[in-house]
Formats: sequence, structure tokens, C-alpha cells
Amino acid sequence: MSQTVTARLRRQRRKEFAMLIRQPGLFLCIAAVLAILIIFCIYPIIRLVIATVTNDAGAFDLSVIKRVMQTTNFFTSLWNSIKLGLTVAMLSTLIGYVFAYAVTHTEMPGKRFFHVMAMLPILSPPFVISLAMVLLFGRSGVITKTLLGIPRNNIYGFGSLVIVQTLALFPLAYLNLKGVLESIDGSVEDASRSLGGSRWKVFTSVTLPLSVPGILSGMLIVFAKSISDFGNPQVLAGDFSVLSVDAYMQITGLYDLKTGAFMAISILLPAMLAFFIQKFWIARKSYVTITGKPVGNLRKISDKRTVVPLFIVCLMVTFSILLLYGTVVWISLIKTWGVDMSLSLKNYSFVFKRGLNAMKDTLLLTVIATPITAILGMIISFLLIRKRFYGKKLMEIATMIPFAVPGIALGIGYILSFNTRPLLLTGTATIIIAALTFRTLSVGVEAGSNSLRAVDPSIEEASAILGANNFTTFVRISLPLMRSALFSGLLNAFVRSMTSISAVIFLVSVNWNLLTVSILSEIESSRLGVASAYCVVLMVMVLAAMLVMEFALNRTDKSSGGQSI
Amino acid sequence: MKNSNAVGVELKDLTKVFPAFGSQGEFTAVQKVSLTVEPGEMATLLGPSGCGKTTILRMVSGFEIPTSGTILIGGREVTKLPPNKRNVGMMFQSYALFPHLSVYENVAYGLRVKKLPKAEIRERVENVLDLMQIGEYVQRMPNQLSGGQQQRVALARAVVTEPSVLLFDEPLSNLDAKLREYMRDELRKIQQRVGITSIYVTHDQSEAMAISDKVVVMRAGQIEQVGSGTDIYVAPENRFVADFMGKANFLPALDVRPDGSATVFGRPVRAVRSRSCEGAGRFVLMVRPENVLLSNDGPFEARVENATYMGQTFQYTLAVGDTTFTAADYRYHVNGIHRQGDTVRWRMEEQSLRLLPGEEK
Repeated sequence: MSQTVTARLRRQRRKEFAMLIRQPGLFLCIAAVLAILIIFCIYPIIRLVIATVTNDAGAFDLSVIKRVMQTTNFFTSLWNSIKLGLTVAMLSTLIGYVFAYAVTHTEMPGKRFFHVMAMLPILSPPFVISLAMVLLFGRSGVITKTLLGIPRNNIYGFGSLVIVQTLALFPLAYLNLKGVLESIDGSVEDASRSLGGSRWKVFTSVTLPLSVPGILSGMLIVFAKSISDFGNPQVLAGDFSVLSVDAYMQITGLYDLKTGAFMAISILLPAMLAFFIQKFWIARKSYVTITGKPVGNLRKISDKRTVVPLFIVCLMVTFSILLLYGTVVWISLIKTWGVDMSLSLKNYSFVFKRGLNAMKDTLLLTVIATPITAILGMIISFLLIRKRFYGKKLMEIATMIPFAVPGIALGIGYILSFNTRPLLLTGTATIIIAALTFRTLSVGVEAGSNSLRAVDPSIEEASAILGANNFTTFVRISLPLMRSALFSGLLNAFVRSMTSISAVIFLVSVNWNLLTVSILSEIESSRLGVASAYCVVLMVMVLAAMLVMEFALNRTDKSSGGQSI
Repeated sequence: MKNSNAVGVELKDLTKVFPAFGSQGEFTAVQKVSLTVEPGEMATLLGPSGCGKTTILRMVSGFEIPTSGTILIGGREVTKLPPNKRNVGMMFQSYALFPHLSVYENVAYGLRVKKLPKAEIRERVENVLDLMQIGEYVQRMPNQLSGGQQQRVALARAVVTEPSVLLFDEPLSNLDAKLREYMRDELRKIQQRVGITSIYVTHDQSEAMAISDKVVVMRAGQIEQVGSGTDIYVAPENRFVADFMGKANFLPALDVRPDGSATVFGRPVRAVRSRSCEGAGRFVLMVRPENVLLSNDGPFEARVENATYMGQTFQYTLAVGDTTFTAADYRYHVNGIHRQGDTVRWRMEEQSLRLLPGEEK
């Protein structure tokens, strides 16, 4: 019987494939998207792996790995990366949980403010906080030297990295947990309360267990991001070696691409593992959604004994964020930091003179990459959610890879893959645009998929049965209905492209430079005032882009009758 | 707009297999279904959820491809054609109006896709909106319409392209009871006026009876019985059909003879034997609640287990020995009301009795 079973199903699949071929437009589209994804998302990572297990002649050879393991302090760095990742994951998730619980479950004052503050680190380049730490607590730091009189304080190392990464990454855990805590059915908590549970009992026996999937996935995301992080360790690690910085040093300092590639892979594996466990295992294990639609009748806690401690924690974290960002803005306006503390626009005039090209390049490349990301993201989400075809799983995974791997690994993969004909792209704008596009693609796909899942599939079927082909349906029906996702995808892609550093640091060239890379080189040459001014300019650009998008979204909302979907 | 060149639909040995939930094995949603829908006819696929009726509709529309079997529309094989090449119209359960387009744009959509001249589109849209009596809402957005109006727009959009077949996927299930009956009659009127061959899917037997020329009762991916609504109600072929089409009592029948005589509760009765009785070993007598008549000269005696006032009827649960069954008394104001524990006499409407294969519950 089972023989005939599989035979029947196989015949069915063949028929579906035959049906697909009868729609040549759709078929070509799927083939093209798959080809693009294989070239730009999968191939670079394969090249990266190949590079570490072959010698210069291209034959299979494990000597690189052997050498790295014996001669460098590889294992120290590996352990450091993991230790950092675990510590930051725990702290970030803890703070994220406090924020998320306070925002979703209490009547704490200033919730909106705390929410916006928690978003700030996501919207800024990764090393702004590191820069601020150096400015405040470094060798000639405002607090350490000027206020406390400690000369030559050593800020560099594990402790500072933990603080900086925690502040930079807790928003990821916060967002994840906020979603989970919001979707807990309030009546479940009420039920526990009405059965005589104290508030603490409700928390430990209902709320906390229900948010375990959120906690785990928050920790995994933060862990992956922490070990992949390049910007902060590059500024702050000092003697505390981590793999992302080591890989960068091997390539830029010693021109040893293979060693760098192997180190990148060593963080790629745990990072990808964490990402995919989160994505395909924990995210699907969530119990929260079992009761169906989230119910909006959560009773908010206003008891002072609960609210005040939460409020204090949120305030302290927020204060730290504000202090750090404020410092960067302030320093950018100071003439020569540590010498002449008078206000001046000198740094800005320098930035606008010397950095104008980088600014233009950044804007141009991002403005090209962003719509490509958004449209490609919408097309892929349409195919993934609405169509059946061979290679669907491949497509889904491929879009996630550049997002899941450390930026350094992606960057090295790109140089390895695109340095020979017919794909000779190194040094061009195209390679940077490609890196920006595919690094952020997964965000666009996610946004598109979520909004498509909310659209009744029979709306698209109605279009098909009225005679529209797939292309017409996509352009006239699906795309307009995904409009708000399109905008959030655009915005997200823009922000991430503007602020990305690790994936593009190997791809910039004399012809095409980026602001983030300029900032890093200013920090490395200790021109911290200029670096601060660059950061401020970058953040202003991101902020401006957000306002423009918001405005555009409101405009199109009105012009289409203001109806909600 | 009368459609004199309506075409028929033919399903031949249609089978649809889905991979089973959890990826191992398979699930047969539709098993070797053959069915002919005559030109201009309204056929209803009726059955409980999961019986395969919607899957059949989705195969006719082209959203699913049959695992085996063929579909012919007007004699032309369409089994593997994509939905947009089949020239069928469909009304969805959720109406599936395009939320970002106005009523006019919704209805014009199919004509615009066909790239008809603007003037013709305008004329045809206005005609069909008039037919549906929703001409005044042309500029509204779908979310500014009531459920019934949305329904009409959906129907207008489905018929304006003059499809050869119209498919209905439980289109009334989102309406409240009163409006549902009204729209049901409207749908039927419009379908008859346009004269379009239609296939209608529902799990509501009264809707099926009211709206269709032909009712197809389905269970577990197979057709149980095909016939007009009255045929199926009066002469069901088996217990499932009898039970699904309205309410039915099944009483133990002994000594069943080929001529339809049998013994029920120790007394002889005469009934029609259904064809499916051939070769069966045990039988039940099917009697509808309205054909269980309470009367003092009745040959049977029963205990009243329960009495429920339903407005139109008084409904009794009666018991003879261990067997309980239902009687619906439409003339309770004449016959009087019985209470729980009373003993009553009753008889059965002889013409309505049917013998079916099977055992009492």
C-alpha cells in the first residue's frame, strides 16, 4: 500500500510541476529569484568554506585549519567570543524582559518614552555606544579623567564590551519578548488570579512559563548578534581578542584571507545554529498562540510595589542610553576634545569637506539598494506564502543566510566569490549594493510574509479566476495590500543599510566609500570629535529618512481612501 | 442577458490526494467522483465539513489539480488549465472583494484584465450593478458596505465577465439567519435569470434544498446520493443521507420482506425498500419526526421522555422499550400537549416510510 501511496503523491507533484510550466511567467520568475539567491546568498558562503579547506593551488588541504589552531590564539578568541555572547545574551534578555513586562503588563508612566528609547540603539550605527564609552570613561574620558581625576583609565576589555553590547542588543530581546507578552491571553492570568494566586504567583506560574519560548529566542538572537558583532569589539576589545576582530586583522593586517575565512566560519557556525534553532524550532514551539487571537483585555498592574522597581530599572537603562548618545552629540560640537572644550562646528565643517564623498556614496548606494530589497522581499514573500513549487525551502533558507551569518563572514565570502570573471565585482558599487540588499533581504521577506498571511488568500484567487495572470494579480492586488509592509520593509532596509559596517568593510574601495567605514577609521586614528560628528550626521540622515517614509505612508493612506485592510 | 448557450460540466473519476498532516502518508480528500451538471443547472454539493465538497469546487476552479480524473467544461478538458484560463466565475465564502478598490473597480476588474474597451466596460458594469440593485454604491469602498451589499458586489463581479460556469463556496455562511434566507432566494432568482450553469457548495441542507435543481450529498470524499431536493428528502438511499437531509428516526425493523413489509415494535408495517437494501442483513425503518403522528387511535404506545416547545411545533422525545425517537407535532393546539411521563398512542404516515440497511444505533 505504501508503495502506491508515494507513487500517487509523486504523480501529483509532477502534475503540479506541469501546471507551473504552463505559467511561464511564474516559472521564470521563480527560476530567476532562485538563481539570484543562490549566487548572492549561498555561493559566497560555500566559497568561504572551500577557501579554508583548500591550498592556494585549489586542492583539498586542511593545513590552514591546522596552522590556525596551532599557531594563533584561536581557542582563546573562540572562548572569548562565546563567553561574551553568553553573558550579553543573559543580561540583554533580562533587561529586555523587564522593559517588555513593564510596557505590556503595568500602568508604569512614560511607557511610550521607554519604548522609543529602546529603539534608539537599533536605529544607530553599531559602535556609537562604544565611541561614547571611550569618550566618557577612556584614557582622557570626561568622567574618568575630568571628573574623577583618574588618568589613563583602561576602558578596553571584557567588562566594557558586555555593557556596550548589552545596551546595543537588549532592544532585540525586548521586541521579541514584547510580542510574546502582548499575545498572552489576559484571561489566563485572570484565571490564575481568581484561583487565589498572588501577583508573584501569577507571574512565576503563568506569565513566566508562557514567555519561555520568547526568552529562549531572545537569548539566541542576542547571542548570535553578539558573537557576530564587529564594530563594538573593534573599538573596545583591546587585549580581549574576539574572532570577528581577529578575522578582520588577519585580512587587513596580514593579508591572510584563508585564516580570516576560517575564523569567520568559526563564528558563522554557532551564529547560524542559534539563528535557525530560534527560527524553526523555538518560534514554532510557542504556546502563546494556541488560544488564537490575542485578547486585548490584559489587566494592567498599577500596584506601586511592582511598578516602582521596574520603573527604576527602565529609567537607569534609558538614562545610560541618553547619556551615551548625548555625549556623542556634545563631543561632536566641541572644538578639540580634551584640549579646547569650547563649542564649535569645526568637526562638522571637516566632515562636510572630507566626508562629503562618503556621505554621497552612502546615500546613493543605500537609495539604490533599499527599493531592490523591498521589492525583491515582497516578490519572495508572495512566492513563499502563496505558491507551491520545488525549491521553496531552499528559497526560504537562502534569504535568511546573509542575515544570519556574521557580516564579516558575508564580506569575506563576497570578496572570494566576486573577484574573478564573469562575476568580477570587487571594487564596484554593485558589490556593495548586493551586500546591502541581501544582508537586509530577510527583513523585507519577513515583513511581506506577515502582511500576506493577514490577507485572505481568496482575494488573490478572486483575481485569478477573473482572468488575471500571476503578474497582474501581484501588481494590482497583492502589492497594494502589502503596502504598509512594503514601507516598513523599505524603512528597515534603509536603516540597516545606512548603519551596516561588518558586511561592507572589505567591499569599500577608493571609488566607493561608506560613512560607517569612515567613522571607524576616524576612531582608529583617535579623531573622536570628527567620528562623533560623523555619527550625528548619520543618525540625522536615518531620522530624516524615517520621517519621509512616515509622511509618504500617511499620504498614500489618504489617497487610497484611508481604508484599513 | 439570458444565456441560451449555457454549457455543462462533467467530472470523471475525480480523485484528489493530499499529503497527510505531518508529512507522512496521504489523505484522500476526493475519491473517484463522477458527476454531470447539465447546462443552466444549479447543482449543490452538500456534506459535512471535510467531505471533499470544497476540494471539488477548487479543482473545477483550477486552484487545485486533481491527482487523477478529468474535468470537462462544455466538452472541453480543463483539468490542467490554470484558473485564469478557464472562464469560470466564483463567489467566495469571505466574498474576497478587493479591499483597496471601489465597487466599480471591483466589478470592472475582470473586464479590465480582458482589456475590453472602456465604454463597453462601463456599460456592462452598470448593467450588472442595476441587475443586482446596487447601482447607487458604485463609488463606495467595500468596507463601507453591509454584508448583503458586499454579497451582491461579489456576485456582480463574478457574473459580469459572463463565465461559462459559476461556482459558489458557501457564500451565505457569513450572513445572519434572516438575511441568509433573503439572499438565498435572490441568488437563485439571479442564477435563473442569467441561466448560468452553477455549482454551489454548502453544509446547510435547507439551503441546498431551497436553491438547487440537483443536490449531491457527499461523505468522506465520495458521493452518497444525487437527486432533486425532494427526492433525497423523501427517498434517501442510506442512513447518512437520511440523517443529513433533515431529521430522521431509525427504528429497528424485523422480518423485512422483498415486498417492503416488516415488523416494527411487534406490529406489521409497509414501507418502500431502498435499493441499497439488496443483500443487507439488518434493517431500520426511517421515519421523519413530522410523520410520527400522535393520535388516540394509533396502534403504538409510547412513553413521553421529554417535551420541548419549539414555537412552530411541539417536539417530543418518545420511548418504546429502549428505543427513543422524535415526534414533531405541528397541530399541538388541536391535539393537546403531553407532559413528560405521559403515555401516548401514535401511528406513522404510511407513505413516508422507508427501509434502509443498517442497525439501530
